[in-house]
Amino acid sequence: MSVGPLCTAVFVPITGMGSLFKPAVFFVVLLPFGLLVLRVLQNSLGPDPAQELAIETGEWTLRLLLITLCMTPLRQLTGRLEFVRVRRMVGLFALFYASVHFLVWISFLLSFRWFAIAEELVERPYITVGFAAYLILIALGVTSPLAMVRKLGRNWKRLHRLVYLAAILAVIHLLWILRTNISEAVIYGAILAILLGYRLASYVGKQNRTAR
Amino acid sequence: MLIKKPDDIKPSEITPESVYRNRREFMKDSSKLMLGAAVAGMSGMVNGQEGDALKARAPASLEGSSPPSWLAKKFTDIKPAPDSEPFFTGETLTPYRDITNYNNFYEFGMDKDHPSRRSDKFQTDPWSIVVTGEANKAGRYNLEDILKPLDLEERVYRLRCVEAWSMVVPWIGFPLADLLQRFEPSSKAKYVEFETLVDPETMPGVTSRFAIVDWPYREGLRMDEAMNPLAFIAVGLYGSILPAQNGAPLRLVVPWKYGFKSIKSIVRINFRETQPLTSWVDLQASEYGFYANVNPNVHHPRWRQDKERRLPQTLFSRKYIDTRLFNGYADQVAHLYEGMNLSVYY
Repeated sequence: MSVGPLCTAVFVPITGMGSLFKPAVFFVVLLPFGLLVLRVLQNSLGPDPAQELAIETGEWTLRLLLITLCMTPLRQLTGRLEFVRVRRMVGLFALFYASVHFLVWISFLLSFRWFAIAEELVERPYITVGFAAYLILIALGVTSPLAMVRKLGRNWKRLHRLVYLAAILAVIHLLWILRTNISEAVIYGAILAILLGYRLASYVGKQNRTAR
Repeated sequence: MLIKKPDDIKPSEITPESVYRNRREFMKDSSKLMLGAAVAGMSGMVNGQEGDALKARAPASLEGSSPPSWLAKKFTDIKPAPDSEPFFTGETLTPYRDITNYNNFYEFGMDKDHPSRRSDKFQTDPWSIVVTGEANKAGRYNLEDILKPLDLEERVYRLRCVEAWSMVVPWIGFPLADLLQRFEPSSKAKYVEFETLVDPETMPGVTSRFAIVDWPYREGLRMDEAMNPLAFIAVGLYGSILPAQNGAPLRLVVPWKYGFKSIKSIVRINFRETQPLTSWVDLQASEYGFYANVNPNVHHPRWRQDKERRLPQTLFSRKYIDTRLFNGYADQVAHLYEGMNLSVYY
């Protein structure tokens, strides 16, 4: 799998129904944020709104990360380029939700007590892990414009493989905070395992083909 | 027991504050009434929710689930809380709706609204408690026989959850010591252990494959903790009988400890010589201790404990307050832990 064809695919003009796909995805992934804003305005987040916001934004970050990771396999399985065309956008939305999640945590949950925030980052493994995942997403977001893709060349792909690590860390982050019922983390973890397994299988397959 | 969703509660069904207070003969105590009214007025302004937050929201529909008549009768004569700490706090009461819709009761599910939404099949009548272990009067007791000789009183306590949120709850019940003494614990009884009901038919959370609690939920106290006057058994809140999600028909209230110690829907009381293995210690001993005293200086691996979010909150008027040692009840309970290193016995 090389960067070339996927990158050039982005520049091929699309016509017909395909051109609506990207804006449609844009609105769908923005919708959860819109609904959260609505609940904030209606004051209907329950008696502990900060906690609720943190839970919702965290979950949407993880969901969007997993959806991002679905795009390449979906293109390969269906042959449809639309999936790869929205990959970066969905990934950036994951970064967006992660940023809101982080802001909710430092503002509403920790009231900008910087010393406490620093202590939390160091002392609580689940927070350290979540923050590491967030830093990775920032690095990927910053290097996502096409100019950066060109500038980094082969290294771009190496760097962006870190998205796998970010997703793994995000699942660990969730698993660690759940108190007893770990079903959610198990489901997300299973989806991630399938997505990573798919990549491993196609990598091994390719190695075998080149070896022959 | 029929529990309606809050949306189903018509404003006309909500017991007006004046009625609630009359019923408890609060009028006798005019100074507290004025304090209460002042607090209610203030909180009403802050929250701006349907007038005030202090109004008793015990909806008629809940009482309409018709508690057995002997129990309903008990609720007509409740001794009001004294007007000073530790049995009363002047802090704003958490509204009934929040106390009854924001619960950790994993037998009904993991989310905060699961206990209120999924407990409509839960039955509390008939109810009995099995008393076992180091006591002269071990045996099975019907709830009616347990409650018969006890007078109900009100206690307004702070409730501090280990998840760093807190509420102020007007409980109805009786001192735990009054109950335990009737079973005549022997000199060997150094600890008392409690168990919650496990009923897969009416408690959907216990059938979940991913819930890693080893049911039944178990909690315990050292005997001197259990005999402390603050330790309380609640059978009601806001002047009416306890809803299922709050631990009906009777639950423990130990206000100087994190909320998970205050075990709900008790079916077994076991007196023992050795410290019991409680559910959270069993699950994660590195995170949860047997004592679980509220302590701002001992941080839980998951949650900072130096501050708490007093519920209900809104995003832009947050009540983010300092957590106090023993949840502010140090004068009453600190002597129980003299000489103990609270970082070791957390």
